[in-house]
Amino acid sequence: MKAYFQNIFEAVRSILIGMKVTWRHLFTKPVTLQYPHEKLDYPERTRGMLFCKIEDCIGCLQCARACPVNCIYIDAPKAPKEVDLGVTSDGTKKRLYVTQFDIDMTLCCYCGLCTEPCPTECLIMTEAYEYTVYDRSDLLLRFAKKGVSY
Amino acid sequence: MRNFVDQLVNNYEFLETFPRPLLYLIAMVAASAIILGFIAILVMFFVWLERKVAGHMQDRYGPMEVGRHGWLQSIADGIKLFLKEDIIPALADKPLFVIAPIIVFVGAFSAFVVVPFSENLIVADLNIGIFYILAVSSLTVIGIIMAGWSSNNKWALYGAMRSAAQIISYEIPVGIALLAAVLPAGSLSMRDIVLAQSGGFWNWFIFRNPPFGFVACIIYFVAALAEVNRTPFDIPEAESELVAGYHTEYSGMRFAFFFLAEYANMFLVGTIVTTLFLGGWEFPIFPSAFAFLNPIIFVLKGIALVFVMMWLRWTLPRLRVDQLMYVSWKVLLPFAFACLFGVSAWMLLLHSA
Amino acid sequence: MLETADLLKEGIKEELKSDEMLLNMGPQHPSTHGVLRLVLRTDGEVVKEAVPHIGYLHRCFEKHAENVTYPQVIPYTDRMDYVGSMNNALGYVIAVEKLMGIKVPERAEYIRVIVAELNRIASHLLAFGTYGLDIGAFTPFMHAFRDREKILDLFEEASGARLLYNYPRIGGVAKDVPPGWLEKTRAFIDYFKPKIKEYNDLLTFNKIFIERTANVGVLPLDLAISYGVTGPNLRGSGMKWDLRRNDPYSIYDRFEFDIPVGTGEMGTVGDCWDRYWVRIREMGESIKIIRQALDQIPAGEVMAPEGLKAIKPPKGEVYVRTETPRGELGYYLISDGSQQPYRLKVRSPCFTAMSVFHEIARGGMIADMVAIVGSLDIVLGEIDR
Repeated sequence: MKAYFQNIFEAVRSILIGMKVTWRHLFTKPVTLQYPHEKLDYPERTRGMLFCKIEDCIGCLQCARACPVNCIYIDAPKAPKEVDLGVTSDGTKKRLYVTQFDIDMTLCCYCGLCTEPCPTECLIMTEAYEYTVYDRSDLLLRFAKKGVSY
Repeated sequence: MRNFVDQLVNNYEFLETFPRPLLYLIAMVAASAIILGFIAILVMFFVWLERKVAGHMQDRYGPMEVGRHGWLQSIADGIKLFLKEDIIPALADKPLFVIAPIIVFVGAFSAFVVVPFSENLIVADLNIGIFYILAVSSLTVIGIIMAGWSSNNKWALYGAMRSAAQIISYEIPVGIALLAAVLPAGSLSMRDIVLAQSGGFWNWFIFRNPPFGFVACIIYFVAALAEVNRTPFDIPEAESELVAGYHTEYSGMRFAFFFLAEYANMFLVGTIVTTLFLGGWEFPIFPSAFAFLNPIIFVLKGIALVFVMMWLRWTLPRLRVDQLMYVSWKVLLPFAFACLFGVSAWMLLLHSA
Repeated sequence: MLETADLLKEGIKEELKSDEMLLNMGPQHPSTHGVLRLVLRTDGEVVKEAVPHIGYLHRCFEKHAENVTYPQVIPYTDRMDYVGSMNNALGYVIAVEKLMGIKVPERAEYIRVIVAELNRIASHLLAFGTYGLDIGAFTPFMHAFRDREKILDLFEEASGARLLYNYPRIGGVAKDVPPGWLEKTRAFIDYFKPKIKEYNDLLTFNKIFIERTANVGVLPLDLAISYGVTGPNLRGSGMKWDLRRNDPYSIYDRFEFDIPVGTGEMGTVGDCWDRYWVRIREMGESIKIIRQALDQIPAGEVMAPEGLKAIKPPKGEVYVRTETPRGELGYYLISDGSQQPYRLKVRSPCFTAMSVFHEIARGGMIADMVAIVGSLDIVLGEIDR
């Protein structure tokens, strides 16, 4: 009998305590960000969409090898000796034509491993995270310049 | 209603040219339409309020996009539901599937006929008012069982069976707790019950016959929560267990009917508690001075009680089926009986003194 | 284990067994924590037999690991237990380091411990929130997510991602934490400590919650041990067994913390409430560890020189087990001296927890199934791998 009443008392008491908590929260300021209107400030290291500054790319294939899901496709034939392809912004000499530099963002797992070995730091992960597209093929990023004769 | 029409005819002679039955019919349809419209708008407000209350209790905003602070959200949702494809499962029992939401809807809305918004603002002051509400609102369970059975879905069936067991069990404490208010009023008519509590909040039945009036009010409120399938008694639709319970297979407008009925039922519970325990349309102090506010006060009291239901919902977890039965039969029922006896004893004492 | 087809056949054989119903719960169900499928043989609300079916999230982790290089395995480990990624990767990198004999710099070790414990809090918060959701309370879920987001913000600042971090690396961590990060972490744990009390007020000691979870899904200690259940589930059954203390890896032997165990406070030892309560208390212990680590963390390098070269462990094999938020995660790694693992076997704590499910679920109600699955705190990504 005692346990019975104690149970009821406990139930009412704990329910009231819970109600007190929710009542308090009714008047605290919400923490939501009103997303399309406000946006989060992403920190520097955010791993979003990949971007390649193709002018600096020397076609070394290190990023393609580092990728665990093989979503980077590079084709870089060797330039003949007499052709000077110029230098990258950090002074590395370019020796290969980068005719194809495609990244399939639908496969990308955003691990960031490809950006680490890049010797000229031309492949980076940007902060962009909104890339809804109508066609899946739009997510195949083609960085190599078309129609540029090296 | 009849009296009202007769009065009208007496006052405006040109109405005599119409046959009386026709006038009665027109008056009835008009009153029903007004009630239906008013409750429907209120229900939409409740849907919005629920989402806002839930949001703010969880440190969120809730709907914010449609209108200022999302106040038009319910209308947007209504339009969405209305435009949705009407899906009837291939193996469903089609006729039952179609009429189930209508029965639930009718059960919920027809109870408002006897709800006294103020002394004269009442569609039909039946002499068995509260009894009528109990009867009509039990119609819901039939609709729910039909929905669960006809969906041809095991989850829906579970929801329906749970609902049937639950509503039938909770009818009993509800009825007995209501008697604790009917006894001192000496009438089943909703209007008479409110009139019996007139003259300030100390006359309300919640404060009369202490502490039995108060306990009866709490018992009624808790049991009614179970009857309208609200948390912590929402096991018929328990989303984490039964997916969506009896309305698993419903979509579009049919789902909207269930949804509207649920919120209409919530408001009905609010109005019943207001009428029977919280002095109905009366302002707490100097009721006669604030008589012009009566309908507003009544609705506000109802809304406050609906808010308490929302508050409970966003605080509490859900009971299990057997615990639900325990609460009904072993806790609420004995206490309801005790209240009934207590109120009777008080009344005997007061009358004999 | 009975297959569905067998169950169905049996149902046909025993003609018109009208009191029993076969109920298919999942793989699409609000509270099976992913794509778990339970086939329940029910008698009314009572479940006579519950057969879990797994494999809907199988992604061939172990086979993948044989075909990528050692550093490339880390993103895959993140995807096993996706709410405790830091701890998963930590176990793997420790295994490779052990194989290669790499000495990890002090600072990296401290950073690893801090992020692993933060991740443990985040994971337990998710367990707490979704458990409330399973039982029917929605608000604790949102409150838990509010605080979990703060941890994810910290992780994003350090590693760049919010869920799949790829942060611990062989030989250290990917990058040193950004300036001010340690202060932010301290601010977070100061903010978070009082929140645990609020969670308790809101859910833990709620009478309805206790009624729903106490004496439900009792996992006796001997059954737990014989099935190899580990982590909070084992501790909930009353055994003081935590690899951070019993077989310390990384630098866990330097910290002082308690190991909460289930005592049957509200019902029987090893019931759902005990398992849940162990998790809530573990968050407090993680705070203690983080605070000590923040006090002791030295300055210096975060990467061993060996980690910067090509990872090529010598021939050999190694088994490393770590205490993830879900229990004992073991990596058995065989190297043939090449750049790719020869074999990587994972011992998953969730898998063992799930394997004991049919034992403790028998005789419960449908609502209890949800409570038990939630209290075991499984992540299907790790069961199926």
